[in-house]
Amino acid sequence: MTATTSSQRRKPNALQRFFKSGREDSPFKRIVIHAVLIICCIIAVYPVLRVFSVSIRPGDRLLSTSLAIIPKDATFEAYKTVLIDKEFPVWLWNSIAITGSTAIVGVILAASSAYAFSRWKFPGRGPSLVFLLSTQMLPAPMMMVPIYILATKLGLTQTYRGLVIAYSVTSVPFSIWILKGYYDTIPHDLEEAALIDGVSRLSAFWRIILPLSTPALAIVFLFSFMTAWNDYLLARVMIASERSLWTWVLGVRDFQSQFQTQWGLFSAASILVSIPVMALFLYSSKWLISGLTLGSVKG
Amino acid sequence: MEFLTLDVILNSLGEVGSTVLYILVGTLLLEIIVYFLWRPLEIFSGLVDRVLKPMGDPVRHGLSTLLLVGVLVFTVASVSVGVEQSPPPWAPYWPLAIVAFLVGAFISPTAPKIFHWQLRLPYMLFAPALVGLLVLVIYPLLWELNVSFTNLNPKHFKAPDFVGLKNYIDVFTTPVLKQVTFFPVFLRTILWTVINVAFHVTGGMALALLLNRKLKLKGLYRTLLVFPWAIPQPVACLAWRGEFHFEYGFVNILLQRIGLPAIQWMTTPFWNFAAMCITNIWLGIPFMMVILLGGLQSIAGEYYEAAEIDGASGWQQFWNVTIPLLQPILTPAIILGTVWTFTNFNVPFFINQNELETSDTLVTALFRSAFQYFNLGDAAAFAFVNFGILLIFAILYIRVTGGLKGATE
Repeated sequence: MTATTSSQRRKPNALQRFFKSGREDSPFKRIVIHAVLIICCIIAVYPVLRVFSVSIRPGDRLLSTSLAIIPKDATFEAYKTVLIDKEFPVWLWNSIAITGSTAIVGVILAASSAYAFSRWKFPGRGPSLVFLLSTQMLPAPMMMVPIYILATKLGLTQTYRGLVIAYSVTSVPFSIWILKGYYDTIPHDLEEAALIDGVSRLSAFWRIILPLSTPALAIVFLFSFMTAWNDYLLARVMIASERSLWTWVLGVRDFQSQFQTQWGLFSAASILVSIPVMALFLYSSKWLISGLTLGSVKG
Repeated sequence: MEFLTLDVILNSLGEVGSTVLYILVGTLLLEIIVYFLWRPLEIFSGLVDRVLKPMGDPVRHGLSTLLLVGVLVFTVASVSVGVEQSPPPWAPYWPLAIVAFLVGAFISPTAPKIFHWQLRLPYMLFAPALVGLLVLVIYPLLWELNVSFTNLNPKHFKAPDFVGLKNYIDVFTTPVLKQVTFFPVFLRTILWTVINVAFHVTGGMALALLLNRKLKLKGLYRTLLVFPWAIPQPVACLAWRGEFHFEYGFVNILLQRIGLPAIQWMTTPFWNFAAMCITNIWLGIPFMMVILLGGLQSIAGEYYEAAEIDGASGWQQFWNVTIPLLQPILTPAIILGTVWTFTNFNVPFFINQNELETSDTLVTALFRSAFQYFNLGDAAAFAFVNFGILLIFAILYIRVTGGLKGATE
């Protein structure tokens, strides 16, 4: 019975082949798939292109009902204003310095902790993992007042220092989960072979596990970077009153929330701050899929 | 106004760099201390264990729990609430608490298991992150817990009084903000979460299935589709807010071009909520797509071949092969998606330009209650209710699906 159906299936007629779903799609189906994907891509990209479009409009026609992306008399005036006449470069620099360093610290903290969770069964391991997961459920505004009070007591408000410390830890719980999942997929035999050769546990971790975990480390770096780069709440609470310390989020929000939105400046600044994150995303895109899911496949 | 001069660069680099250096040196010191402390602690806890053996494990467990809970209560009660408030009268007795903590830790029969010298490495590796979390998560939580029992608000800012469970009762009985009460906000947040996660999962799944085929330009599509995720969230939110402008936003322009009336996105409660949902759906689909695509790629082709031989249709293959095999990925992704949507602050906050109370979710209501009305006591109780709801959801979901089981074992 099975044999006959399968042999029938191997030689389907033209009509069957046309509608049959399988590894190889028919040309018609392929066109439909491409069309759907192209529409989705347009939906995904168009709002971003609109921001770009506003940023290159001349100042007197910032608000227009045209849907075209490149306006007739495109100009980079807004970029010039943002980069030269405003404090924006300082804010951008602040963000880069704070975010870059916190992402590195975050990855170091998470990478070593995750190794402990992946390779040892120690008392308190299960509860700690659940605790790490449940920190994701704390609403961010909830933590702001006590963090602000603590920072005031330690004299860390209106400094970079407070922000760097706070951001370094923010993404650690999630990073530990991702990295632990990834380490779990690396066979223990690799380290054991090294241990037999007389290598210490830590140098086995350094020389074998870390290089093998590049995809997950890249993803964790990306996540930590984005958490700090995109943060509005903590920055507002910690450094709002010192304009020269602002991160770009506070600055861009300032462009938009004065009496009248400065659309040109807002758009140009938005495009500028998106570039570093976009670059990171493109760079790590080859690891994006394996780094994020390989860990959870094995569970 | 300040310009980006070499001085500014060097100045901030110095401060940021030195902070990072302090953190790393602190980490290293902590690790070294833990590493060398473990062996003496093992010997000590072994001694204590031998002496206390006749007491029996249940008694020791009981005593130790009693002491540790006592120390916890003491700690919570000693965290001073107001900025200028003097510490409570029992605060100077903290050395006693430390002694109680140590006694409680060492009389427990699990102590020798914890201080086993073979486990010094994992504890050493986890210690720095743990200290960070203690300062930035546990301390704020204890503070909030403490505040949730007081009437800390603009009227009693310097010396708040203890009011017991009043705040927790108030959450359910009095308006959370000016007009709205808890349950409408709660239901709206549930609706917001369900709508968003449903669209994220189905949209992400559909795109992942399309991309998991032999297809030309696959890499290009994938890159473009990830755009909403890669764009910084505040930018995306503010840009969408601009696009919901009545006259100049592209959404209304498009609607008018196809002959529909323009919509008051910013002032009508229903449409403002819809605008929030549209923005967040747009933002969240790429993450699900990437996660699910990774999952799909990990499913071996043989399963589908076997299903095909058995005569399963594409739809049947999806429900009987793809979904069960994706479960280990789907469960954490849905939990995380739900939690992140539920606690999402940026989208409901930025899109709701006119501060309509009808668009507030629990998290933005919490923010307004704490930072615009400064009802910190109420807000703290509110926050714990909020957290409790999520925790219950996560536990139920994990119980029902049995996911994550492998992850914590």
